[in-house]
Amino acid sequence: MKVLLSWLREFAPDIAGDPVELGERLSGLGLAVEAMTITGEAIRDIVLARVLELSPHPDADKIQIVQVDAGDGEALQVCCGAFNMAVGDLVPFAPIGSTMPDGMEIGRRKMRGQWSNGMCCSARELELGDDHEGIMILTASAHGFAPGTPIAEVLGIEADVLWDLEVNANRPDAMSVAGVARDLAASLGVPFSFPDYTATESAESVGALASVEIVDPTLCGRFLARVIRNVTVGASPAWLANRLTALGMRPINSVVDISNFVMLELGQPNHAYDLATVPGGALRVRRAVEGETLTTLDGVERTLTGIDGVIADRTDRAIGIAGVMGGADTEISDVTTDVLLEMAWWDPPSISRTVKRLNLPSEASVRYRRGVDYGDNMDRAMRRFLQLIVQTGAVGTGGQIDEIGALPSREPVHIRPTKVNGLLGTRLSAEEITGYLSALGFEVSAEPAADDLAVVVPTWRWDTTTETDVTEEIARMHGYENIAHTVPKGDQVGHLTAYQADRRTVRQVLVGVGCDETQPMPFLAPGDLERCGLAEDAITLTNPLVAEESVLRTSLLPGQLKAVAYNQSHRVGDVRLFELGHIYPPSTGDQLLPDEHEAMAVCLSGRDATAAVEVLTVLGDALAFPDIELRHTAIAGLHPTRSAEVVIVGQVRGAVGEVDPAVLEAYGIEGRVAWLELNLEAVLEGPHGSRTYTPVSKFPSSDIDLAFVVPDSVRALDVRGALVEAGGPLLVELQLFDVYRGTGVDQGFRSLAYRLRFQATDRTLTDAEVGEARAACIAAVETAHGATLRS
Amino acid sequence: MLPMTRFQTLVDDAVAAIDAAGDLAALNALRPNLVGKKAPLAEASRSLGAMDEAERKLAGQELNAARQAVQSHLDARTETLRTEARRAQYEAERMDLTEVRGELRRGHHHLVTQARDRLEDLFVGMGYTIAEGPEVETAWYNFEALNIPEWHPARGEFDTIFVNLGESEEVMLRSHTSPVQIRTMENTEPPIYVVAPGRTFRTDAADATHLPAFNQIEGLVVDKGITFGDMAGTIDSFVKAFFGAEVNTRLRPSYFPFTEPSAEVDISRADGSWLELAGCGMVNPQVLRNCGIDPEVWQGFAFGFGIDRLAAMRYQLDDIRELVNNDVRFLRQF
Repeated sequence: MKVLLSWLREFAPDIAGDPVELGERLSGLGLAVEAMTITGEAIRDIVLARVLELSPHPDADKIQIVQVDAGDGEALQVCCGAFNMAVGDLVPFAPIGSTMPDGMEIGRRKMRGQWSNGMCCSARELELGDDHEGIMILTASAHGFAPGTPIAEVLGIEADVLWDLEVNANRPDAMSVAGVARDLAASLGVPFSFPDYTATESAESVGALASVEIVDPTLCGRFLARVIRNVTVGASPAWLANRLTALGMRPINSVVDISNFVMLELGQPNHAYDLATVPGGALRVRRAVEGETLTTLDGVERTLTGIDGVIADRTDRAIGIAGVMGGADTEISDVTTDVLLEMAWWDPPSISRTVKRLNLPSEASVRYRRGVDYGDNMDRAMRRFLQLIVQTGAVGTGGQIDEIGALPSREPVHIRPTKVNGLLGTRLSAEEITGYLSALGFEVSAEPAADDLAVVVPTWRWDTTTETDVTEEIARMHGYENIAHTVPKGDQVGHLTAYQADRRTVRQVLVGVGCDETQPMPFLAPGDLERCGLAEDAITLTNPLVAEESVLRTSLLPGQLKAVAYNQSHRVGDVRLFELGHIYPPSTGDQLLPDEHEAMAVCLSGRDATAAVEVLTVLGDALAFPDIELRHTAIAGLHPTRSAEVVIVGQVRGAVGEVDPAVLEAYGIEGRVAWLELNLEAVLEGPHGSRTYTPVSKFPSSDIDLAFVVPDSVRALDVRGALVEAGGPLLVELQLFDVYRGTGVDQGFRSLAYRLRFQATDRTLTDAEVGEARAACIAAVETAHGATLRS
Repeated sequence: MLPMTRFQTLVDDAVAAIDAAGDLAALNALRPNLVGKKAPLAEASRSLGAMDEAERKLAGQELNAARQAVQSHLDARTETLRTEARRAQYEAERMDLTEVRGELRRGHHHLVTQARDRLEDLFVGMGYTIAEGPEVETAWYNFEALNIPEWHPARGEFDTIFVNLGESEEVMLRSHTSPVQIRTMENTEPPIYVVAPGRTFRTDAADATHLPAFNQIEGLVVDKGITFGDMAGTIDSFVKAFFGAEVNTRLRPSYFPFTEPSAEVDISRADGSWLELAGCGMVNPQVLRNCGIDPEVWQGFAFGFGIDRLAAMRYQLDDIRELVNNDVRFLRQF
C-alpha cells in the first residue's frame, strides 16, 4: 500500500515532521516502510536553461558545443552528446556543483579539449521518463518561465513524501489512505476526520431504477447500489491521474479512475455495471451453481463452483463473480450512459477461496479478502464516488439501495487489564488502555471496580474478536519499544539429547577422517534414482519449480554422485564427502506421511571399498557398537561383488562398498567411488555407546605373527572370528597386517597375515602358555576355514 | 696437575690411546684396556702388595690419581665423541620442512552446520533443549493447528511446495519450522523451552539470495507468567551473545496467525541502519488450545529466523546457492 503525505493530511492536517521520523512511526505501528521517496527532491538542483548557440566540436563528431543561458544572462559553454536541440529551446540543465537523481555530481570538465560547464539532461537522466533519445525539450511546457527557474516548479512537481508500506493480512483498515491516516494520527495524538463528501442528487429515485436481493446472506453482509446517469467516459483531471500514478495505478478513463481512486482513498472497492445491460437494474446475490459459466471482463470463460459467489440479473444469469471480477456482458463501454454502481461487504473466506481457486488476485479482492469496513465508510465511499463523477457531468439519482446480509457480530469483546498487563509485561491502567483504544475508534466502557473492559470493535476491524486481538492493539499504541526487557525466570537445564550429541560425534569423526560435509537439496530429477540403479518409487512434488527438482529423494546416493561429478567437472578429482540428511521413502504401511528418517552417507572418490570399510570401523569405534558385521551381497546401486550389508547387532542398518561402475558411468564419474550409508536414526537409536573399563595390564605381552593361506570364498572377518574365539581372553590385540595374492599362493587363495598379541592381566605369560594359545589359533582357522598355515 | 709419578707412562699411553680413538665405537672397544680389570693400571695395582707400608701408601695415592686421570680423560673424550656424533647426525638429517606433500587433511563441517551448532549451543546455554520434526508435514501441523485456516490470506504467502500424497494440498514440505512447535506442545507438558532448527521449503526459484530449500531455527517458550517483555529480553540477550554486545534489537508490530501480538525483530548495524532478522510473537491462545494447553494458565512466545542467512551474513556470501552446490573449493574455505 502506497500513501502520499499530502493525501494523509487531507484527513489529519496536523501530521507533520521529518519524513524519516514519520516513516519510523509508521513502521512502529506495524506498517513497515519498504521504500520512501521524496518527490521533487531528486531534481532540486536542476534548472531551466535556454539554448543560445550551437556549434560543432572542433575535435569530435559525436559531441557539439552548446552555449546556454542558465539564468544569469551569460553564455555558458557545455559539451553535449545530443543533437535534438534548436537555438532558443528551453531545456533542463544541471549546473556545476549540482547532484543528479542517480547521485552523480556535476563538475567542470574538459571533453576532447573543450570545457563543459554543466550538463543538459534527458528525461531518463532526471528519472522523469524513459526517453533517452535526446535532451528533454521543454520549450512548449515551460513557456513563460525564465531561465534559472527550478525544473520542479516548471513541471508542477510538488514536494511530497511517498511511502510504500507493507500492510499485514490482519490490517484490513490500513488498505486505504484514510486508514493509514487514522492510525498515524492516533499514534501522533493529532485529530483525524473525514472531509464532507457531498453531491447533489436528482429527483429521480433509485428505487424505480434498480433493486438488490441478497439470496445468500452468508456470502454478502451488505450491498449498496446507486444509479448514475449521463455518464461520459473521458480522461481524468491531472490531479486525480497524478495521485493514481503516484500510488502505482495506471490512469485509464474517468469512470475507472474514480473507482480506483475511491478504493485507494477509502478502502472500499466498487463495481460499475452498464445499467442498460442489466434488465430492470435488478441484482441477485447468490452462490454459483456447480458448473455455471460466466465470461469475465478479461474475456475468459470461467466455470464456477458452489463455493463462489455471483451477482446475477433478474433472469438469474450470472453477470459478475462476487468481489473478484465483473462480467464482460455488463461492462462499461464507450456507449454507456447510465451506470449501476455496486459497493459491498463480502464474506472474506468466500472471496479468498474463489480468488485462490481461480488464481485471480486484484486490488479489489485483496481488500475484500481481508474484510472492508462494513459501517459508515460504505456510505461515505458512495458519496465520494458520486461527488467525483458529478464533476465530470454525470447526474446521481436520488438515494441508494442498502441491503443487509450477515455481518460480523458487534458484541463487545471483554478484556481484563490484569491479563493484558500479564501478557505484555506492562502496568497500564484501565484509563491508559481506554485511551489507546479510543484513539483507534474502539468504544470502551468500564465495569465499575471490576477487572473488565467491554470493547466494541470498530466496523473497519471485523477480525478483531478476542481479548488477545485487542491486546495487540494496545501494545501497538503503547509502542513495543516502551515494553521493558525481562527474561523468563524458569530453571530449565538446557542440553542436547543423546541422539543429537551422537550425531555431532558422527560429524566430528567424519570431519576428522578428512571428509567434507555436503548439503545438497533433497530434490531429484525424474530418472535420477533409476540412473543410480534404485527403484524409481518415490514421492513427487505437486508444484515443483523445475522438473529437475520434482522428486523427493529416497536415498542420499544420487545427491552425492552429483556432487562428485560436479567437482570432477571442475577438475577436483578425488573428494571425500559426507552428508547427514533426511530421506523420504514412501510409507510401507498405511501412514499418510512417508517413512522419513535421517540418513548418513560417506562418498570417497578415487578410493576402493576398503576405504569405506575403514571409515565404518572408525565410526563403529567412536560410537561403540557392541557388534558389527558385514554380509557380502549384491546391493542396488553398488558394485555387486564389492558391497556388503552393514549388520549391527543382528540388524541390517546400511551398506558399504563401492558404487556400481555402471552407475558411475551413467553419472560420468571417473575412477572408483567408495560408499558407506547408514540409517542414522536406527543406528543411533539401537544399542551403542556402552563401554566398560578393563585395567591396563602391568605385565609384559608377547607378539606372534601368523599367516594363513585362505580360500577366497572365506571372509577375512570369519578368520578373525575364529582367531578371537580360539585366542580367548589372553588375545588382547589382533591386526590383519598383510593380504597377499600371487606367486607362492594358489589361484583362488590369498595369504592373510595377522599379528596377535597375548597378555594376561595378572601374570607374565610363560612361553608354554603362549605356544598353547598359538597352536589353538592355528588349529581353529585350519579346521574351520580350510586354511593352511603359511610357512 | 699432579706431579709426575711412577705411573706417568701408563697414563700417557692410555691418554694417547684415548685420543687416537676416532669414534665412540673405537673408544668403547678400547675401554676394557683402559679402565677394566685387565687395564695396565689395574695390573700395576697388583704390584703394590710387595711394597712396604709407607711406600705402598704413596704408590696407592699415585695410582689412584693416575686412574682418575685416565678415567676423566676417557669421560671427556667420550663426551666429545658423543657430541660430535650427534652433531654429525643432525647435519646428515637436515630437512627442508617446506617439502611436504600434504597427505593429512582435515574435513570440514558445512557452513550451515557450523551456524546451526553455534545457535544450538547458545540456546542450550540459555536453558533450552533442541526439538526436531519431519520435513514432510500435514496441513494440520503446517497450517491449521497454527491458526491458519484453509481460506486465510496468509496461507498463500507461504508459497508452499505440496507433495502428491493424500488429498490435494493435504501434505507438503513444511514451509516453516513452526510445525515443530505444535508437535512439541502436543507431546510435552509445559514448561517448554525449546529451539527447533531444520530445513524448510518454499517455491522460491534459486537465485543469489533465495533457495527453495533452506534452514530456519524456531524458538518456543511456554511457561507460567511469560510476557512480551520476556520475549523482547530473550531475543535481545540472544542477539547480543551471537552478534556482539554492541548490537541492539527493536521489535516492530507484525502479523503471524500463530502469535499475537506479533513482531518483526530488527538488529542494529554499524552504519546506524536496521536489518530485519526474525519474526516473533506471543503464542496465540488458540494455538495453545489446539495443543491441549490452557491459555489461562500458560503463556508463551515463539520466534524464528533463517540460519542460512546468518551464515551468509557472517562470511558476506554473494551467492547463497553455494550452500547447496557442494563445490569442495567452497566447502573447504570454512
